[in-house]
This record gives sequence, structure tokens and C-alpha cells, in this order.
Amino acid sequence: MTDATAVGMSADTRKSGRYLYIASVAFLCAWVIVPIYFLLINTLSSPEAVNSFPKSFVPEFDFSSLQFFAGFEGMLTALKNSVIVALMTMVMSIIIGAPAGYALSRFEFPGKGLFRLLILLTRAFPLPLLALPLAVMFIQTGLDDTAFGLALVHTTLAIPFAVLITFSLFSGIPIELEEAAWTLGCTRLTAFTKVVLPLILPGITASAIFAFVISWNEVFAAAVLTIENRTLTAFLLQNLDTSPLHLKFAGGFILVVPALIFIFAVRKYLFAMWGIANR
Amino acid sequence: MAEIQIKNVAKSFGAYQALNNINLTIADQEFMVLLGASGCGKSTLLRIIAGLETATSGEVWIGGKRIDHLSPKDRGIAMVFQNYAVFPHLTVFENIGFGLRMQKLPNDEVTQRVERVAGLMHIEMLLKRYSGELSGGQRQRVAVARALAMEPDVILMDEPLSNLDALLRMEMRAELKGVLAESKTTAIYVTHDQVEAMSMADRISVMHEGNIVQAASPIEVYRDPAAKFVASFIGNPPMNFLPATPAGAGKWQVSGQTFDGPNTDKAGLQFAIRPEDMAPAEHGLVATAKIVEPLGAHLLVTCQIDEAQFRVILDSDTVVKPGQTLTLAPQSDRVRWFDPETTLAVA
Ligand SMILES: Nc1ncnc2c1ncn2[C@@H]1O[C@H](COP(=O)(O)OP(=O)(O)OP(=O)(O)O)[C@@H](O)[C@H]1O
Ligand SMILES: [Mg+2]
Repeated sequence: MTDATAVGMSADTRKSGRYLYIASVAFLCAWVIVPIYFLLINTLSSPEAVNSFPKSFVPEFDFSSLQFFAGFEGMLTALKNSVIVALMTMVMSIIIGAPAGYALSRFEFPGKGLFRLLILLTRAFPLPLLALPLAVMFIQTGLDDTAFGLALVHTTLAIPFAVLITFSLFSGIPIELEEAAWTLGCTRLTAFTKVVLPLILPGITASAIFAFVISWNEVFAAAVLTIENRTLTAFLLQNLDTSPLHLKFAGGFILVVPALIFIFAVRKYLFAMWGIANR
Repeated sequence: MAEIQIKNVAKSFGAYQALNNINLTIADQEFMVLLGASGCGKSTLLRIIAGLETATSGEVWIGGKRIDHLSPKDRGIAMVFQNYAVFPHLTVFENIGFGLRMQKLPNDEVTQRVERVAGLMHIEMLLKRYSGELSGGQRQRVAVARALAMEPDVILMDEPLSNLDALLRMEMRAELKGVLAESKTTAIYVTHDQVEAMSMADRISVMHEGNIVQAASPIEVYRDPAAKFVASFIGNPPMNFLPATPAGAGKWQVSGQTFDGPNTDKAGLQFAIRPEDMAPAEHGLVATAKIVEPLGAHLLVTCQIDEAQFRVILDSDTVVKPGQTLTLAPQSDRVRWFDPETTLAVA
């Protein structure tokens, strides 16, 4: 009798635990997906539908909002600036970050631990704190309001990730592969290009894309450091209160989509970076 | 001609002395095995010869040329690694041809040489595969083929068979030896498996704590160990030791028995004999059997003589029970003597 109730109870608690688990997962998914879904609906609806009430829950597949967005004064320039800055950030953070990752994984040198810590510490200073002195310095050096100047700032933001991702990539390649290449007639450089590079190329691509996304989504430095050559984020921020609703939706959507696609594409490497085995 | 000379090579990692003043000459086309316990410096020595590690001091010569300042690719060596190091992004064909492509050999010569060594290692049918599609033994063959394709003066192998199962190891052992003898390269082979060493080597260098204790033919290393370390490292089970006290000129007393021995004025020596060189007899050392292990081909008896443990290998027909007293006579020409202070052999 008592046994039966005990079993029944434990089955009950297990069941309710399961419900709680499912509910939490559903809630978290909704938390992320619902806003994106509304973004999607409103982007793909006509301006009239966006501004009217009640709202529909299915997109109309009307591209007039997007058309309006593309036609908005300065919008395409901002989009172009965003792409340019993000591309520059991508290239610079890989050119600087990958060798650092290689050195960290292959060489023993004094201060290695400190170096690793310092790389992470670059993320410890909040950008708002740095923005003003940076702006002053940029004005002094003539880097203000240039794509390159902004890309420099974004590169410093992206480098810790580039270093960490490439470090884990290089560490995953046994040194014996390189040593074997050396004994087979390679120099350090040719061993790198013929053996290491082909093996890490997918990972390098991933960390490059990640740098791209970091730059693409960054708004604070972009808003402070550019005036004429605004990136998309900064431009939308600037026009936030003056622009119509459907423009905001379209802009938000354009901002979110590449980030989503990229993160999805590189998730494997992000998991690897955090030490989570992926399936 | 690729004679290897290692002159006064020493290596320290920080304060740790991994190799002390190594001197070794390996003849052209010789198969030299470096044998020793884990951590004794075998790999370090091999990597110094390969140029993957720089010696703290000393010189390495190959074929009459000093090479210790050259980078690995200019030394005329090829190396087989313990974990194979087969390039995962290349097919077996491209792996074997990797070094030849680096030498910019024409395509048809690469193909011809790759096919020849692939035939030698019996992997012709695997040429299109990637490393991920191979078994451990097949990867091992690819690694050896890749080294052979270089037609090197010297081939260096660091425990190449240690990741294979026992049966495959035995098979590969014989095969490797044949292939290397045919290719006429000088070979240095690192292992901690004494059976591998005995069966493959022209000469064995027994290493211990960064020193080469003895470099000699397998049978000499087995029969005439130069030091107590070699005697107790080689042989399974290893040599037996008993303390000996002087009993007149050239006579030594061992557990109540008198034996002919070296004529020295040492206060004491160690008497040593291999387990299989003992036989039951009328007169001899008196031992108490403790453990009896029938091993099929023979009988391994662990006994006690005075305080010392003593192992003998007897004919499998012998009837021995634990607790029984045995009288064992050593084969007199197989008795060896060691100085307990220097641990070196005394003739
Ligand atoms: N890079 C290094 N830094 C510090 N110590 C090292 C380094 N490489 C080797 N050693 C030390 O040198 C000693 C000899 O190492 P080595 O790899 O030559 O041993 P081994 O004889 O090949 O052993 P095993 O049979 O286990 O492979 C070891 O004690 C090892 O800890
Ligand atoms: Mg080793």
C-alpha cells in the first residue's frame, strides 16, 4: 500500500518536473523567437498594415516596407558602411588574432598565462568608458568618422574571440603533423600552409564570420565615432524617434538576419570554443 | 653511406638533465634499437637526430657531415611517429607522395614511387582513401610508406608499433624488418618493448636515465649485460642476483656454495644467473619453492634462497610443489658477476 503511493508520488513528481522542463524550454524559445517573428511579419507587411491595429499574425509578403527602407535617404550608404566596416574588422581580427592563437598553442614563452588573461581583459572595459577618450584621440589622429577607425575599434572587440577560437583550433591539430611535414621537406612556413592551414580553414572562416557579426551588431562605438559615415546600427539609432514604424521594423530585420544566419552557420565552433561537445 | 655519429650530445630541459653526454656510432645500413624504460630519453635523442629538438651541447654527424645545425628537411632523414601523423586532409596517395611533391618531382615519378612503396607495404588498394577511413594498422603502414618513399639515408622510428594490438605488432615487426633491410637505409628504432628490440635489432642501445648503458648485439646484451640495470631490464623474468663473499683467490661463496669467479680484491660481488640457466641437480643452491606457474612451454618457479627472491625456468614435466626444497645447479658458463658499488659487470 505505502509502496504503491510512494511509487505513484515519485512518478508524479517526475512528471511535473518534466512539464516544468518542457515549459521552460518553450518559454525560452518563445522569448527569442516571438520578437523575431513579429519583426519578420512587420517587415514583410505593407506600411499601412504595420501602422494599423489589430495586427495580423501571418506576413502579407508585401515588400513595400523593404522598398521604402531601401529608398530612405542615407540608408543604403549606411548599409554599405556597415558591410565595409564589418569586412575590415573580419580581416584585421583574423590577421592579428590567428597568429596570436597559433603562438599561444604552439610556443612556450614567459608571461604566456598573463598574455591569455590580458586578451580576455580587453573585454573587461566597457566601451562607453573608452568611447570619449577614443573619440578625442581619433579626432587628433584624423581617424574619426572613417570606416577604418571604426573597424579598428571593432577589431579590438573581436580579437579576444578570434584568438580564443583559433587557439582552440590550433591546439586541436597535433604538433606531430607539423613535425612530420618538417621532416618531409617543409619549412615552418610551408608546413603551415600545406598542413595546418587546410585543416583549420573552416574554423578560421567561422571566427572571421563571428568577427563580422560583432562589428555588424555594434552600435555604441559606431554612434560615437562616426557622423557622416554612419553604419546601419548607428544610422537607425540616430533616426529612431523620427522614422516611421515600418522603417524601424525593416531596419531591425536587416540587422538581425545576417547575425542569425552567421551564428547558426558557426555554432559548431562556438560550442567548441566553450568546450561543449556538439552533435 | 649514412653512418650516424652522435658525439657528446647532452640535453637539458631547464634544470632537468634528460640526456648526459651521449656517444654512439651507428654503422651504415645498421638497424639500431634504442631500448629503455619510459622517460629515459629515447625520444629526446631521436628527436635531436631528426632536428625536432636542439641539443644543449654536442654534435650529430650523418654520412660524414655535421648536421646538427640543419633544419629537419635538410638532414636526409625520414621519421615515423608513434601516433602515425598521417595528414587527415590528404588521401593516402598524397600522404605518401607529400615529401616527393615537396621536392618538386615530376608527376609520373611521384606516381611510380608511391606505387612502389605502397606495394612494399601492401596498401595499394588504400591509395584513394583518407586517414579517417583507415584502421590503426593501415595508418601505420601509410606512415612507414611515406617515410620510405623519401628514400632517406636514415629512417627514424619512435615506437611505431606501440599502438597496435599484439598480433598485428608481431606481424608488422617481421615485415618492417624485411622492408628496411631491403631498402638499405640506416634505421634507428625507439621502443620500450624488449621483445621487439631483441627480434629486430642488429644492435641494441640500452638507455637508462639519460645514459646509454650498453650498445651491443641483442644476444650480447642478453648474455653479457654490461651493468646490473641491463641484466634486470632485459629478460622476462630478468636475471637473478645473489650476494657473494670472497672465499680465496678467484673463489666466491654464494649461499653456502663456492663458485669460481673473478679474481679481484673486492669485499663483495653479486652473483647473477638467468632463470633458464638453472637445473635441478645433486649439488647446488638450496631453494624453497614459493610459487609455481606452469606456462605451457615451461614451468616458472619463484623460490627463495636465503632472503632473496629467485626465479627459475624448469622443464614443463618437472613436478614441483610450493614449499618443496629444490637443489639448483647453475650452468657455470652462464654465471655473471656484478660489482654492487658501481653496478657494472666484473669479468
Ligand atoms: N619539452 C620537454 N620539456 C621538459 N621535459 C621534457 C620535455 N620533453 C621531454 N622531457 C623529459 O625528458 C625525459 C625524457 O623524455 P623522452 O620523451 O625522451 O622519454 P622516452 O624515453 O621517449 O619515454 P617514453 O618511452 O615514455 O616515450 C622525460 O623525463 C621527460 O619528462
Ligand atoms: Mg618516447
